[in-house]
Amino acid sequence: MKSQTEKILAKYKGGGRDSLIPLLQEVQEAEGYISRERVKEIGELLNLPTGKIYGVATFYNQFRFSAQGKYHIQVCRGTACHVKGSANVLQALESEIGIEAGNTDRDGLFSLEVVACIGACGLAPVISVNGRFHAGVTPEEIPEIIESYRKEFGGAE
Amino acid sequence: MFEIEANNRTIKAEKGDTILAALKRAGINVPTLCHMEGLPPSGACRICVVEVEGKGLIPSCSFPASEGMKIKTNSPKCIQARKTIIELLLANHPDDCLYCVRNLNCQLQTLAEEYGIRERRLTAKREEHTVDLTSPAIVRDQSKCILCGKCVRVCEEIQNVSAIDFAGRGSKTVISTAFDENLNVSSCINCGQCILVCPTGALREKSYIKEVRAALSDPEKHVVIQHAPAISVTIAEEFGAPSGTDADGMLVTALKRMGFDRVFDTSFSADLTIMEEASELVHRITNGGKLPMMTSCSPGWIKYVEQFYPEMREHLSTCKSPQQMLGAVIKSYYAKRNGIKPENIFSVSVMPCTAKKFEIQRPGMGRNNIFDVDAVLSTRELARLVRMYGIEFNNLPVSYADNPFGERTTAGKLFGASGGVMEAAVRTAHFLITGKEMDDLKLEATRGLDGIKEAKLDIGGKTVGIAVVNGVGNAAKLLDQIKDGRDDLVFIEVMTCPGGCVAGGGQPLGTDNAKIRARLGALYAIDENEEVRVSHGNTEIKRLYDEFLGEPLGHESHRLLHTSYVDRDEVLK
Ligand code: SF4
Ligand code: SF4
Ligand code: SF4
Ligand code: FES
Repeated sequence: MKSQTEKILAKYKGGGRDSLIPLLQEVQEAEGYISRERVKEIGELLNLPTGKIYGVATFYNQFRFSAQGKYHIQVCRGTACHVKGSANVLQALESEIGIEAGNTDRDGLFSLEVVACIGACGLAPVISVNGRFHAGVTPEEIPEIIESYRKEFGGAE
Repeated sequence: MFEIEANNRTIKAEKGDTILAALKRAGINVPTLCHMEGLPPSGACRICVVEVEGKGLIPSCSFPASEGMKIKTNSPKCIQARKTIIELLLANHPDDCLYCVRNLNCQLQTLAEEYGIRERRLTAKREEHTVDLTSPAIVRDQSKCILCGKCVRVCEEIQNVSAIDFAGRGSKTVISTAFDENLNVSSCINCGQCILVCPTGALREKSYIKEVRAALSDPEKHVVIQHAPAISVTIAEEFGAPSGTDADGMLVTALKRMGFDRVFDTSFSADLTIMEEASELVHRITNGGKLPMMTSCSPGWIKYVEQFYPEMREHLSTCKSPQQMLGAVIKSYYAKRNGIKPENIFSVSVMPCTAKKFEIQRPGMGRNNIFDVDAVLSTRELARLVRMYGIEFNNLPVSYADNPFGERTTAGKLFGASGGVMEAAVRTAHFLITGKEMDDLKLEATRGLDGIKEAKLDIGGKTVGIAVVNGVGNAAKLLDQIKDGRDDLVFIEVMTCPGGCVAGGGQPLGTDNAKIRARLGALYAIDENEEVRVSHGNTEIKRLYDEFLGEPLGHESHRLLHTSYVDRDEVLK
């Protein structure tokens, strides 16, 4: 994986500020998230302070700064899901796991992401956990769902 | 020069003027929040709107004045627009004025008052923010931030540090360090320039008033205080005096009345620094040491080099700053001479600088687990303490700092000005090299507010290149040149803050170029008017070497007055 990132970085050598977004996108594509080490390397490459890179990157929802958890939860915020109350579902997830969307919990078990539309509007509001869909979820069901994955993980060990 | 009309009055504007600049010159005030002297406008806050005939409401800080323009600065439309902006800023603001460091000195509060905001019409959701108390120098309270962006700009465009930036977007926008880390593990150099520009209480210094008061009321403690060269020419501003007032004698009286057992003058140890630093410079020149040597008295600059130019660390003088030198001799020489245990001394300093709060806890700034300096107060904190203690500053008689660290020369006093360390060091280096005093002690070339000032001097028949930098962001240019092989410079002075310590991050709020010039003028007047203008002419310094230290760069000096530098990876930790 490292060498692929090296190739990406090499490609942008000597680039200016406008290389930042595409570069971040490619690094995330290759590694799943943007690590601190990469931010530092990118900073050296493009001669940008790390604070600036972080600021620019957080302006866009698409970038994440921690590796995905064992269970990566995507919450659909498409129109259909929105109408059916996905905002409350998201809130319930955030308080149940104790992180905000875009982050990974401390144990690295769960990560949370808001996505535009999963394309399963018929199942709204829908969340996807490692690709497994939970259809028509309500905030009340969230603790149960999360608990089931905790159990699943515990059992696997 | 051309004419415009403002509030039915004809006023003059110059080519290149913004509307705001022309109005200001004509004595017409328009409020601003995001506008910054000397930097291009950002147009972020819009509080400066004026009504221009044919154009409607436009922000005056970013719009050029043009011939024949008709402007209204207080039409109903303008007032209403500004009122709405203020109400929007207040919509998610904590109603916290009574507990706020900026109470009675806050631009947001002043605006709310001036525009008669008497009720909360708009309410927005308040984001939960924890106050970042991790830095030894700077406290950040995002809940009071109005996102004017000034701190970000000063940190990036003036200081070239970029420790903070806007992060997130929309209603989630905040000012943040990289990865939203605590400030103490960020690249922040603790300069405090962001505090000086912040219109609200979102940024403040870490206060040590409580610790100082506790020490003052502890009968077991021998409490001493030192005041930096730049304090006497700024403290009076806090009590209404015009900028450029030197209140040295009143300052000393105030400190004595507050109960400090001894009042010492950091300008004394500035003289001591010069003895060590000039000797170090001469030693480096004659023994093929690393050149150019760079000054080491400004702790923000030190951290800047450590984190951004680690390969240039050896260029830094190993001399501690005057604050730390005095701290070290107080808890050694002075303690011994007076039979006081070092651990019973509580050593305070009044500094123009927030980074000094960081400096006292650097490695090597003490011995046997005892800090050389226990607490640092900014000029602003000292003023608060003076008020709290009910001392009427303006009516104080004059008194003098105490021996053995009360005597100072004007060379030491010049440390408060950008170029002052250079001027003082050159005076003494010249004497050390040639055995003679300079014909003219004044170094005109290194005075003033230019970011980089350079000169070629003739010392004992040798041409010596020197440079003086103020505003640490300007140093990068010079450092890059040296990395690329530039070799005509022998000595470089860098002050972290633009203008030097007279404009440090701990100085009175509202510091601007006019005030900086007046404060510098006060320091130069002292230098002009007094007899002893060279550090090697300080008789108490001679005595300190005779009785205790031996000689400059000697064994005791090295143990107490010199230091070393560290690797840093705070930037990303
Ligand atoms: S920042 Fe200003 S308006 Fe806000 S609480 Fe402090 S004094 Fe009041
Ligand atoms: S103290 Fe200086 S370096 Fe730190 S954030 Fe403020 S302006 Fe930037
Ligand atoms: S912290 Fe202060 S200077 Fe910085 S954006 Fe907020 S209000 Fe403006
Ligand atoms: S002061 Fe003009 S837009 Fe902020």
